[in-house]
Amino acid sequence: MIAHLIAERCTNCAACVAACPALVFDPGETRPVIARADACQTCYLCELACSEDALYVAPENDSHAAPPVTQLIAAGLIGRIRADSGWNDPADSGQLDDYRLLGPLLGAGVDIATQRYMARHAHD
Amino acid sequence: MSVTKTDVLVIGGGMAAAWAAIAAAEAGAHVTVVDKGAMGTSGVTATGGPGHWWVSPDPAERREAIARQTAKAAGLGDPAWMERILDLTWRHLPTIAPYYPFGRDGRGGRFINGVRGPEYMRALRAFAITRGVEIRDHHPALELITDHDGRVIGARGQNLRDGQPWDVRSGAVVLATGGAAFRSGLIGGHGCTGDGHLMAVEAGAHLSGMEFSISYSLSPAWASTRTLPFTGARFYDADGQELDIAPPRTGHLHNQALGAAMLAGTVFADLIDAPRDLPPILRRIQPLTVAAFERRGIDLFRDRFPVRLFGEGTVRGSGGIDLVDDTCGTGVPGLYAAGDAATRELVAGASSGGGAVNSAWALSSGRIAGAAAAAEARREIAYDGVPRALGRAGLRPDGAERDIDTAALIRRAGAAVHDYDKAFWRRESTLATSARVLDDDWQLIAAHGHATGRARVELRAAAAVVATARWVIASARERRETRGLHYRDDARAADPAQARRLLCGGLDDVWVRPLSPAKAEVAA
Repeated sequence: MIAHLIAERCTNCAACVAACPALVFDPGETRPVIARADACQTCYLCELACSEDALYVAPENDSHAAPPVTQLIAAGLIGRIRADSGWNDPADSGQLDDYRLLGPLLGAGVDIATQRYMARHAHD
Repeated sequence: MSVTKTDVLVIGGGMAAAWAAIAAAEAGAHVTVVDKGAMGTSGVTATGGPGHWWVSPDPAERREAIARQTAKAAGLGDPAWMERILDLTWRHLPTIAPYYPFGRDGRGGRFINGVRGPEYMRALRAFAITRGVEIRDHHPALELITDHDGRVIGARGQNLRDGQPWDVRSGAVVLATGGAAFRSGLIGGHGCTGDGHLMAVEAGAHLSGMEFSISYSLSPAWASTRTLPFTGARFYDADGQELDIAPPRTGHLHNQALGAAMLAGTVFADLIDAPRDLPPILRRIQPLTVAAFERRGIDLFRDRFPVRLFGEGTVRGSGGIDLVDDTCGTGVPGLYAAGDAATRELVAGASSGGGAVNSAWALSSGRIAGAAAAAEARREIAYDGVPRALGRAGLRPDGAERDIDTAALIRRAGAAVHDYDKAFWRRESTLATSARVLDDDWQLIAAHGHATGRARVELRAAAAVVATARWVIASARERRETRGLHYRDDARAADPAQARRLLCGGLDDVWVRPLSPAKAEVAA
């Protein structure tokens, strides 16, 4: 669930207010307000919408607990989703070039489970 | 309350809603979208990564694909509909290219059929805006409005940003409100509360196939994610003993083995057998899945971690609002349904439409419903008399107003549908108990439910969750056999005499009946 809105980074563009499907944020004078933290669904899409890397969502769907911002920055976890997704790069920079491998890798995992099970039960 | 007018009103903000809005606008209609969340981040597509059912127009390839899917549909699919959605998907998915950064296919071309959720929904929103669609985010619809003949002429709801009610009158309405996930915690599924199912039934529409609602996805216990890394997982109990779990391809057996183990204690996954190519590139394919582990300091490919099955209800099931014609009409004049809100039995039958087929369906049924709604709006049918607002449960109680614990109602409905012991081994005795619990909860909301502000939206969502659970349970009782996703522990074989769809509906009195052969022939 939403854990941090980093005041020094926020430009009050309100992209998070518009993006959140659960309306966790309200507009504010100097920056958005986390008005309904408990409505957060841990979807991370506010982080993706934030071009200033000013948000951090904790990974548990029932907890806002997170380390301090300085520690998260040092660990490279602030803004990581946006960077991994390629949203800071031009649209033609190949950020989805590996996406075609999703289906084959999913199927490979299913095959591995099947073969392991068959080997284990070969003498049943 | 100010009343605004539009040609086509689309309720919902996911991929079917977007495609419906785009198609209606391309047909010349003024289109208004109202969504409880925000188009672009709402719904299960936005956090997902839909692969679309994708077969080249080569007649032999299409025939073969349709034959395979017809077999999978276990007697309930319609090959003509399958052909339609293959055609529409093939022609229209590439049209998002100006808004979506298609990746490479590894053979010198673009990879079209699989798209990542956040980028896809961002693209569809931009596409819709370019087509002139008016999008009202954070505007949940609460009820439909009809004229005195029962024709749907608009909807009412609430603007969550300013707390004000809204009222939109339209020539036609498309319900694209998604499937019902019963608040299981499924990622992206929080808003999938069956709102459209309830509104459709209040207007006189029927539902179909609600028994096909047993689908689950494996995720870490602390949050639902996508399943890509987990398909080859080994499983262990809390003592470190490896569990003998039938593999994913076995369907019911897999769910039953995992469900039984999870009922007995915590189950841990070990991804040591994951495909070797996966770890280095998972981050580039599913950044959100990596975050769920990295932020807890867990190396998902080395460390064992607790897992759960998250219910997907009718989202990955196939039941929904019945469609009575090839325009995605619901049988109620002026009302259309698309995407997961509608029954996908036409293309998925009794099986999960999950993934590829459901995505092709959402695109295609969205486009079909949007175009048909635009044509309906062009007829400019006049109405007189006083419009009727149809919402009752949660909005207009029959009896004294009372505070209602909506969270408890939603938990009970979710438990009735998704608890492993009830869902993986459906039996008449447990289904009957669930039906009684849900009937009582429905009576409570219908008789006493009343709230204001945001609580009104949540109460109405609770009414929809309870109503949808009642239709699921009633349909599961009526189908006394095992077919596709529906497993009856007290009737473990398929019964050829039951190879027909089940319709259901009703509010205070829920009913279920087989689709009559006469109607089936007309549909064919």
